[in-house]
Amino acid sequence: MALGAKLVSFGGFLMPLHYGSILEEHRAVRERAGIFDVSHMGEIEVAGDQAERMVDELVTNRAGALAVGGALYTLMCRDDGTVIDDLLVYRTGPARFMLVVNASNTARDLQWVRARSRGYDGVKVRDISAETALVAVQGPLAAKVLSPLAQDDLGGIAPFAFAQTRVAGIEALLSRTGYTGEDGFELYVDAARARELWRAVLEAGRGLGLMPAGLGARDTLRFEAGLCLYGQELDDTTNPLEAGLKPFVKLDKARFVGREALLRVAASGPRRRLVGLELLEPGIARHGYPIAMDGEEVGTVTSGMLAPTLGRALALGYVPGDRAEPGRILAVGVRGRQVKGRIVRTPFYRRSKRP
Amino acid sequence: MSPTDRRYTMEHEWWQEEGDEGRVGITEFAQSELGDIVFVELPEVGRVLRAGEALGVVESVKSVSDILSPVAGEVIAVNEALRDRPELINRSPYDEGWVVRLRKVPETDAGGLMDAAAYEAYVNAH
Repeated sequence: MALGAKLVSFGGFLMPLHYGSILEEHRAVRERAGIFDVSHMGEIEVAGDQAERMVDELVTNRAGALAVGGALYTLMCRDDGTVIDDLLVYRTGPARFMLVVNASNTARDLQWVRARSRGYDGVKVRDISAETALVAVQGPLAAKVLSPLAQDDLGGIAPFAFAQTRVAGIEALLSRTGYTGEDGFELYVDAARARELWRAVLEAGRGLGLMPAGLGARDTLRFEAGLCLYGQELDDTTNPLEAGLKPFVKLDKARFVGREALLRVAASGPRRRLVGLELLEPGIARHGYPIAMDGEEVGTVTSGMLAPTLGRALALGYVPGDRAEPGRILAVGVRGRQVKGRIVRTPFYRRSKRP
Repeated sequence: MSPTDRRYTMEHEWWQEEGDEGRVGITEFAQSELGDIVFVELPEVGRVLRAGEALGVVESVKSVSDILSPVAGEVIAVNEALRDRPELINRSPYDEGWVVRLRKVPETDAGGLMDAAAYEAYVNAH
């Protein structure tokens, strides 16, 4: 472990949890830049004349309307509206898409996508996870770090756009995306070249305060930015509307899996809602801790921590849909103790726009 | 190197005995495994603990761990500084980052705890 990484097993991969201090890595990404190895993410290629229609009917967002060079965040749901996974869809060609899915879901996602592709003539589904490495460079200085290495002008890559280009001489799909709430890029490269790319970026960022960052900081950063994590905010029982992901669910699309069920949820209003919580007494709410209102257990914390940038004990959790407005008082059961809290708006953290 | 003026548990707490009292904390190894400590839950003064009973909780950015009492005793002081500066445990686990002071119950025996050399060997074997 040349960098002193603390490794944890995650979705069958040995992944760095941190390289020394989650808090320092977190701060580096908020103030300067961090580099993450997130090669564990799954990549699925869908290609064929009917790929556009197939992908559009597979996911909740308008993936079929993407132009080549565009990406979007979306969900894949079952017929009953529950979430199989949340993912990014990239349009890599007129009849070719790349789906980027969660590591722990890759196998079942692949099975699901294959099964759904059967009704679409000539659509081929391929698991390209093993040969694809993913390096994320995130933070206000990310563009400055990558500029000298990139063949393309990074200013030409808007948020959720990408270029198929070279970085440090290595062929890369370079997208302006991320999971930290900061400006940043994700680089999909041939796994055989990943180490070379990692070193080149680290070298380029040396004078700019770039730090390698692990899964720990990835989680604290996404949490502050109010981004969902599958296995926490999302799971087999969740629908995207209760998770607050309505902007990514286009109910006016003619067809997609789960549409009818989600139309019913939208009509009646979600039974529960994901909200932000702030504890008003000492303690930290963690995944799985119960939430009570008026003395009655009504929900569960999905993620919680002492938010590093904000210095407040914050959490995300589900509460009844009709009691989800900001300001409401509740209590989180922290090891048998009732700790007072209140509902607050999310995201907890929003970066200030820089020119 | 672990200080030789105290004894250690298999769960990485230390016990520094001074007469019929003593201080409890967690070891250098424990703090480095936990990473940045952001919250410490301390017991009430006056609480009587069995050996091995949870006396408090230490939370890092990503983990929650019980601190187990190395001996049976009554809590006579807690390290109030940890409420605002939990990172003292990271910076100074054997001194400023102490957690509680106990008065041993008379029949308790800390002889089952490891000395510094045994603890080092134990940590290195894991």
